[in-house]
Amino acid sequence: MKKRIVSILSVFVLATLTIALGGCSGDKTGGSSKIVVGIAQDLEDSLDPHKAVAAGTKEVLFNVYEGLLKPDPDGNLIPAVAEKYEASEDGMSYTFTIREGIKFHNGNPVTAEDVKYSIEKSAGMMGDDPLISAFSLIKSVDIIDESTVSIVLSEPNMEFPSYLAMTNSAIIPADNENPDTEAIGTGPYKIVSRSPQENIIMESFDDYWGDKAYIKDVTFKVEANADTIVMDLLGGSIDMFPRLTTTQVSQLNDNFEVYEGTMNLVQALYLNNSVEPFNDIKVRQALCYATDIDNILELAFDGKGSPIGSSMFPSFGKYYMPELNDVYTYDVDKAKELLKEAGYENGFDMKITVPSNYQPHIDTAQVLVEQFKKIGVNAEIDLVEWNSWLSDVYTNREFESTVIGVDASTMTARALLERFRSDADNNFINFSDPRYDEIFDMAVSTTDDAESTVYYKQLETILAEDAANVYLQDMAEFVALNKKFEGYTFYPMYIQDISKIKPAAAQ
Amino acid sequence: MNKPEWMKNRKFVTGIVITAIVVILSIIGTFFTPYDPNAMDASAKLAPMSAAHLLGCDNFGRDIFSRIMSGMGTTLIVAIGTVLIGVMGGTVVGAFTGYYGGVIDEVLMRFNDAVLAFPSILLALVFISILGSGKYNVIIALGIVFVPSYARIVRSEFLRCKNMDYVKSAKLIGVSDLRIIFVHILPNAYKVILSSVAIGFNNAVLAEAGMSFLGIGVQPPDSSLGRMLSEAQTYLFIKPSYAIISGSMIVLMIFGFSMLNEGMEEWSDA
Repeated sequence: MKKRIVSILSVFVLATLTIALGGCSGDKTGGSSKIVVGIAQDLEDSLDPHKAVAAGTKEVLFNVYEGLLKPDPDGNLIPAVAEKYEASEDGMSYTFTIREGIKFHNGNPVTAEDVKYSIEKSAGMMGDDPLISAFSLIKSVDIIDESTVSIVLSEPNMEFPSYLAMTNSAIIPADNENPDTEAIGTGPYKIVSRSPQENIIMESFDDYWGDKAYIKDVTFKVEANADTIVMDLLGGSIDMFPRLTTTQVSQLNDNFEVYEGTMNLVQALYLNNSVEPFNDIKVRQALCYATDIDNILELAFDGKGSPIGSSMFPSFGKYYMPELNDVYTYDVDKAKELLKEAGYENGFDMKITVPSNYQPHIDTAQVLVEQFKKIGVNAEIDLVEWNSWLSDVYTNREFESTVIGVDASTMTARALLERFRSDADNNFINFSDPRYDEIFDMAVSTTDDAESTVYYKQLETILAEDAANVYLQDMAEFVALNKKFEGYTFYPMYIQDISKIKPAAAQ
Repeated sequence: MNKPEWMKNRKFVTGIVITAIVVILSIIGTFFTPYDPNAMDASAKLAPMSAAHLLGCDNFGRDIFSRIMSGMGTTLIVAIGTVLIGVMGGTVVGAFTGYYGGVIDEVLMRFNDAVLAFPSILLALVFISILGSGKYNVIIALGIVFVPSYARIVRSEFLRCKNMDYVKSAKLIGVSDLRIIFVHILPNAYKVILSSVAIGFNNAVLAEAGMSFLGIGVQPPDSSLGRMLSEAQTYLFIKPSYAIISGSMIVLMIFGFSMLNEGMEEWSDA
């Protein structure tokens, strides 16, 4: 009996050894032409670019799909499927010339029919709900000739091209019957296989029109458990992980290069402007004065992060107004005074609802609770699941305050500022200011870029002066990349561009 | 000089000493801690153990010793509350079903079985999702989950006692059912209930720690042992002492109660 156990054990030991050794040899030979990227969530919604809603899905699909245009790392629009485009003077129609010789992953050339099909599909003309609200402006998509397509709008819109650079408006073949599962695009990588909750395997696309990807094989590995990320990086089962916390970064060793960028999120204590006491501007301003952003960064983020003063982050250079950071400087006395004027001399009780799966927001809320104590405001944290947060806070607006980060779906100021229109569907803080609505309408309707920038800046100033929310920071983003690779590039959007990563030069 | 009887029982003495330390620390912790357990200090982030901070500081520069003191109090209150609800509910259900039997017994006990069939943490999760999270809701949720096991224990005691001569005699002289249940039978069942209370206490401490660890128990910034352990896991490599201390406190608490329980059992058997 004993002998048998020993022999079984030795078989096990041998088996694990071979597996371990096999891992080693694979690592040495294929070291740099293969990269494993860790992602926090699986692509559960859909591989169909027109149906992908989760930011985590879109950042991966960015490598597979392209729109007529695409963003570059500096935030400019560059031609992609379209070689060039022309806007009519009145901003009512746009004409696109399809790039010559561009092919889909299945080898077929991209035709004008494919473009018409894709735009109409993503605009909801085929029955699906459109994910891009601005696409409701599209009156028709007309094929001019084999390589020219014209999009006609029902009203002038200057920012229209930026909506064509989203994953949600990607060009896909018209003859693909199962876009949900069979991903065919024009991007630098094509999907080879997908194992739900495990990984997505991609391979570089040989007939890509632009600069081809440096690394041939890419595996996106789902890392559902945040606690194992560091161990997997150190152990070598993943080579790269975007969006680490400072704590995780501090546990990495010399084998990793850490790239520091920004998350491009507006992190704030969002206040429900229609519930007491936050319907009083003085109370909101008092909270702004009572908040010491530097202290929050110091305590919860190791000093990393860029303070912001309105719903705009630094990477939107043209619209960003650094001077708004100084509208409310940390001043406890002033805060107390404002509370007194508002009739809350002895402070009040408030509840901060925080999604329990976002540690940075929980940490921020904990520091805020301490800071508000100094002005007599007794804040209590209520941790809720992400789904409850979405339904209770975001959809039903049944909350007092919440700490969250809001991102921009396109590289336009409008994407960040439209939600504060009093009648916007996603105005979850119930902000309402007639002046704001008026200026917003002017900003959208003008066709002059400089003029609209001025209007958008006025809107940001209103948000800051009205203390719509307690604006905190654009969080720092840390990307760990194994030193076997180099060249990680940040975008001003929620994107992971693997095609720019290359094997490190021999040392 | 002869030692008193209870001091000869080593398990009991160990249990009493550990439990006393835990209880005294947490009682002091509710009135006084060296530092405000929630006060943050950027200059003391993850500070090591020192004279100023006996057990060091956590990621927000909060004094770990102070947080342990107040956290043990929270855990203790939750455990006491849970066992109280569980024992009271369980005794009432168990006493009536055991004494009367019949249809009510059948229905309640099958319901009991159904509740027991669920993993207790899962069931508590269901209650938490209905009631909302927070210290007091955890007490209620865990309390309800604990009722069936006590009900079963008390019921079996009542089944054993109800046909004994003293109960029959009491019935003969016309004592009311309620009086028989609570004045005559219940005092005879106390030994069994008492030892299950100690075990229940351990389970409650573990359940609270588990739920706070999962983030549905005590809400931040308040401390509890489970919450601290959960916060410590991020810093396992940088500051292992944080996790070790919070974890050891849970172990210590449970060890103390277990020893107390075993000691008591040995003592009563002797």
